[in-house]
Amino acid sequence: MRLVVVGNGMAGSRLVSEVRTRDPHMKITIFGAETCQPYNRVLLSNVLAGSSRPEQVRLLDSSWYAAHNVEAAFGSAVAHIDRDTRHVVTEDGRREPYDLLVLATGSDAIVPPIPGVERAIPFRTLDDCERIMHKAEQARRAVVIGGGLLGIEAARGLAGRGLPVTLLHLAGHLMERQLDVEAGEVLGETLAGLGVDIRTGVSTSSVDDDGVRLDDGELIEADLVVLACGVRPITGLAAEAGLEVRRGVVVDDELRTDDPSIFAIGECAEHDGTVYGLVAPAWEQASVAADVITGGKSLYRGSRLVTRLKARSVELAAMGETHLTEEHAEVVRFSHRARGTYRKLVIRDGRLVGAIVLGESDAVGTLTQLFDRGGPVPGDRAGLLFPGLSSATPVADSPTLMPDAAKVCQCNNVTKGQIRACWEAGARDVAGVAAATRATTGCGTCRDAVEGIVSWLCEQEGISV
Amino acid sequence: MTDAVKTHCPYCALQCGMEISPELAIKPRTDIPANASGALCQKGWTAGELLTNGERLTTPLLHGEPAEWDVALDYVASRLSAIRAEHGPDAVAVFGGGGLTNEKAYTLGKFARVALGTSQIDYNGRFCMSSAAAASIKAFGMDRGMPFPITDLAEADIVLLAGGNVAETMPPFVRHLSGPRMIVIDPRRSQTAKLAWLHLQPTPGTDLALALGLLHMLIAEELVDEEYVAARTTGFDEVRTSLASWWPERVERITGVPVYRMRQAVRAMAAAGKAYILTGRGAEQHAKGTDTVTAFINLALALGLPGRHGSGYGCVTGQGNGQGGREHGQKADQLPGYRKIDDPAAREYVAGVWGVPAESLPGPGRSAYELLDALGTPEGPKAMLLFGSNPVISAPAAEHIAERIASLDLLVTCDFVMSETAAMADVVFPVTQWAEETGTMTNLEGRVLLRNRAVTPPEGVRSDLDVLAGLAERLGHRLETDPPKVFDELRRASKGGAADYSGITYERITEEKGVFWPCPSTEHPGTPRPFLDSFATPDGRARFVPVQHRPAAEETDEDYPVYLSTGRVLAHYQSGAQTRRIASLVKAAPEPFVEIHPDLAEQLDITAGDVVRVSSRRGEAKAVARISDAIRRDTVFMPFHWEGANRLTNPALDPTSRMPEFKVCAVRVERDS
Repeated sequence: MRLVVVGNGMAGSRLVSEVRTRDPHMKITIFGAETCQPYNRVLLSNVLAGSSRPEQVRLLDSSWYAAHNVEAAFGSAVAHIDRDTRHVVTEDGRREPYDLLVLATGSDAIVPPIPGVERAIPFRTLDDCERIMHKAEQARRAVVIGGGLLGIEAARGLAGRGLPVTLLHLAGHLMERQLDVEAGEVLGETLAGLGVDIRTGVSTSSVDDDGVRLDDGELIEADLVVLACGVRPITGLAAEAGLEVRRGVVVDDELRTDDPSIFAIGECAEHDGTVYGLVAPAWEQASVAADVITGGKSLYRGSRLVTRLKARSVELAAMGETHLTEEHAEVVRFSHRARGTYRKLVIRDGRLVGAIVLGESDAVGTLTQLFDRGGPVPGDRAGLLFPGLSSATPVADSPTLMPDAAKVCQCNNVTKGQIRACWEAGARDVAGVAAATRATTGCGTCRDAVEGIVSWLCEQEGISV
Repeated sequence: MTDAVKTHCPYCALQCGMEISPELAIKPRTDIPANASGALCQKGWTAGELLTNGERLTTPLLHGEPAEWDVALDYVASRLSAIRAEHGPDAVAVFGGGGLTNEKAYTLGKFARVALGTSQIDYNGRFCMSSAAAASIKAFGMDRGMPFPITDLAEADIVLLAGGNVAETMPPFVRHLSGPRMIVIDPRRSQTAKLAWLHLQPTPGTDLALALGLLHMLIAEELVDEEYVAARTTGFDEVRTSLASWWPERVERITGVPVYRMRQAVRAMAAAGKAYILTGRGAEQHAKGTDTVTAFINLALALGLPGRHGSGYGCVTGQGNGQGGREHGQKADQLPGYRKIDDPAAREYVAGVWGVPAESLPGPGRSAYELLDALGTPEGPKAMLLFGSNPVISAPAAEHIAERIASLDLLVTCDFVMSETAAMADVVFPVTQWAEETGTMTNLEGRVLLRNRAVTPPEGVRSDLDVLAGLAERLGHRLETDPPKVFDELRRASKGGAADYSGITYERITEEKGVFWPCPSTEHPGTPRPFLDSFATPDGRARFVPVQHRPAAEETDEDYPVYLSTGRVLAHYQSGAQTRRIASLVKAAPEPFVEIHPDLAEQLDITAGDVVRVSSRRGEAKAVARISDAIRRDTVFMPFHWEGANRLTNPALDPTSRMPEFKVCAVRVERDS
C-alpha cells in the first residue's frame, strides 16, 4: 500500500502520524508546498502576541519523518493528479504513484478586492506572522480588518505589544457568527479596555499609504494593516482532477471523495454541507481517515464546534446555536457588563445546544463537556452558570449552629456531641478534648473548630452562671 | 512491669511511630518525623484491637479443617512437588504484598526463585505505585518514592498534589502541608481538595492531558527554568515540540478544567521559590499511568524542581511497605537491591549471595493482573501461594479473578484473619502480624524503619518466614527465619544495587530513627536527598520523555454513560481485611457507598440512602447512595474496601508498568428496585 498525502499543515501532518501509529509499515510520502516543518496554526496568535516564539509552535521535529520512515517532500507543490494512472505530479515534474491519496491542502486567506489591498498583510501563515511582527517593530499605528476570531486575536496581540490598534468590522458586532449582539458588545468593551479601538458596521474602501479609507471617506491612520477576512478552501487541484467540489472538496462519512482512492480532510474538505475552519474537526477527520486507510471501520459524523478566543485577559468560549431566542429554545442568561461578564445557555429538549461564556468562569469546562457529549442538562440551571454556588457549606463555622451530629474531626470520627460530652465530663481545653476523644490528633486541621466549640461551651457556662 | 515497645503503625506508607504498652494501649511516638507532632489517625489509634479481636486464625486449616502444622506443611510441599513434576516450575505462582516487611518480601522472592524455581511471582504493589516507579526510573534512573524527607515539604511555598487524598489516606501527612499553599488535582472535592488553595477537577482519565496543558502553558508564558534545564536535564527540545498540540483551550475541552485555572496553577508554581509536585494513585492507576506521571515529572523538571534542596517531585506511596516491597525481589522482573532480573551482572551477583548458579534463576514472569488472569488456564499456574494480599477484593474485574482463583488445583494463603481470598484456600497458614514480629519497613520517604516485636503471638501462630522456611526445607532448601539474620542477608544481596541497604543495621535504625537508602556502608550516613548533585542516570542528568494523551481504555457511551472512579475512606485500609474487623472503624464507615452529584441523582431519580445498583461490562455492585456536590456530575465514586467496587473496574493495563485502570471505567447507575 502506497499512501500519498498532499499538504503538510495541521491536517496532513496529523494524518501521517495517526496512520503511522496504526501501521508501522505502510509506505507514506507527504508533499508540502511550504518548506518548513508543520506548525500549529492555533498558536500563531500567541506568536503575534509575543507569548510564543516561532520555533515553539512546531508540531513535529524535522527528524520525525526519517525516524518514522515517512518520505517528506517539502517545498514541493503538487500540480496535478493523474487519476488514470494514480500518480501525483509535482510542479518540478516528479511523478509519485499512489494507491491511496489524501488531500489536505487547507485554505487561503481571503483578500478583499479593494484598491491598495497589497499594502496589507494577511494573517494566515507563520510567514505572515513574522512579516507582521517585523513591521510592527517600526509601526506607530495598526489597523486590523476583520472582527472575527483571528482578527480579534491579532488586534489584541498587537495592542499587547504596545501598538495602538483599530479593529474594523463590517457586521454590527464582533464575531457575529458565534456571538449574539450583547455578547459581541461586551467583548468589544473588554477589548476597548485593553487598548483596542473597535469600529463595527464599517466598510473599507481602500488601503492607502497612510491608512485605511472607509466607505464614508474617513481615513483611519495606520502604517501596519492586517487582514483577517476569513479563509477559502484550496480546491484547485481537486477540481482540475475532476473531483466533486462545491465550497470544498466533497467527502462522505469515510472522508472519501467521489473517487474512492482519494480522501480529503481538513479545511479543504466539505462534509455534509459544512466546511470546517477549526483544528478540532480537522483532527477528528484525520483520525477517522487514518482508521479507514489502515483498514479499520470508522465514520465521521460531523463535529461540534467550540470557539475559544486566545487573547490575553479575555476569556471567551462560544459553542453551538447561540443565536436561538426564547421562541425556539430555553435561554438562560446572566450579564454583568461592568465586569465584562456575560453567560448564556441555550437549551432545547433538555440538552445544551449553545452557550457563551465571557469572562473568567469555572462554568466553561462543564458547559463545553455538556455540549460536546449532548448529555441531559441538570434541572438546576443556576448551578451550571455559577459553579460553586450550590456547594454545600462546610461544617458550620459557628459552634452555635452546628448540630450535635456534625463531624468535627474527620480523622478520628469525633462529633460535636462527643466534644460536648467530653466538656461536660470536665475537659476545658483542646488538650483535654484530644486526650479523651483523639480529636485534633490526625491531620490537625480541626484544631480551630475544636477550640471554637470548647470556648463557646465555656462562654455558655459563664452566661448560665 | 515491662516498658512500652517502640514500633510503627500496621497500615499505610507513612509508618507513623507508635508505642505499644503491655496492655496494648497505643501512644504516638514523637521521635519519628512522619508523625513527630504526636499525630495518629483513627486507624492507628485503634490498631491494638487487631491483636485482640476474636477473628484471629490460630491453627492451620487444611480444606477448612484444623490441622497440625507439620501435616499442613507436608501436604502443601507434596502437592507443590507433584504439580511442578507434572507441569514444570512455572506451574506454581507466588503472590506477595506491599505490606510485608522487607525481610519477608526478600525471602519470598528468594523462595520463589530458589526453592520453587518459578518465574511466576508478583505482588499487589503492582496495583499501587508501579506507574510512578516506572516513570521515575525513566526520568531519574531510580525510584525512591519521595527522594527527600517528608519534613522538607513544610518549607515549600507550593505543593501540587496530583491524584492524592492524603487527608483521608494518611491524615498525619497533612501536618507537613500546613505551610505551603496546595494545588490539588482530583475529580472529587476530596477532604484534601477542601484544604487546597486551588482545586482542579478534571474528568477522570484526563490527568495526562492536564499535565501536558500545564507544561504547554509554562513554556508559552516563558516560565521554564532554562538554566536548570540546560544544566541538569536532557531531551527538553523533543518534549517542547511534542507539546505544541496540547494548547490550553484544547486541554480545557478534554479535561473540563478552565484555562484560567490552569494559568493560576502554572503561574503560582513558577513564582514559588520552593515547590513540590507529588503524584498519588489518582494519577497513576490508569492504563496510561506511567505516561501521566512522566508528564508531571516533565513539568517538575521544566520548573527546575527535582534535585533541589526544598523542591522536588515525589510519589506518595500507599502501602505500609510499598517502597521496600518493590525493591527486594517479590516483583516479577526484579532481584534484591532494585536489580533487574534480566541483567546478567545482577543475576550473577545475587546468585552468588544465594549460593546457586546464575543460570538456575528464572527470568521475568507475569505481572500481577496477568498472573491472576492466567491462573488455572492451560498455560497458566496451577497452584498459588498467597502472602499479605486479598485479590478477590483488590484486583480489577474481581469476579473474573475469583473464578480464576477458584480454578486452581491448589491455593495456599498465609493470613491472620479469614480474608475473602483465604476463605477460598485449600490450605490457610495462620501467621503473625505487625506487633507480634520484628522486621523493617521502608516508608514513603525511603527511610528504613524498624518494627519491634511488642507482644507474644497467640499460640499456634508462626511467622511467614517460618512458613517459607518450612516449605523450602521440604523442597530441599534452607532459608533463614530470624529477622535480623534475614536482614543481614538482604543487606549483602542489595549491596551495589540501586536500593543499597548494605550499610543499614537494626542498631543504626534504632539509634538514628530510621536510615535512608542508598546506604552503601555502615560508615555512610544514608541518603535523604539522593539527587542534589546528580541523578542516577548514566550521564547524571534527568531525562525529559515526550508523552501524548489518549482517552481512557473505556469511555462512557449510551449503555454505560457515567464514569466510575474508586478510592479510599479514612477508616479503612486496602481490602479492609483488617479494618473491617475493628468495631470503631466499622462504626465510622460501616458500608460501601456510591457518591453521586445531586444533578445526576435527580436525573436518575435517586435520593440519599437509596440502594443503588452500579454495573459495568465486567460486573455489578450494590451500595448506598450518598448525594454530594463534591463529585463531578459525570462521575460516581466508590470506595474499594468492600466487595463490589472492583467487580466493576477495568483491567486494561499500562503498557510499561502493567498497572490496571482502577481509576476510571464506564458504568450504569440505577436505583435498585
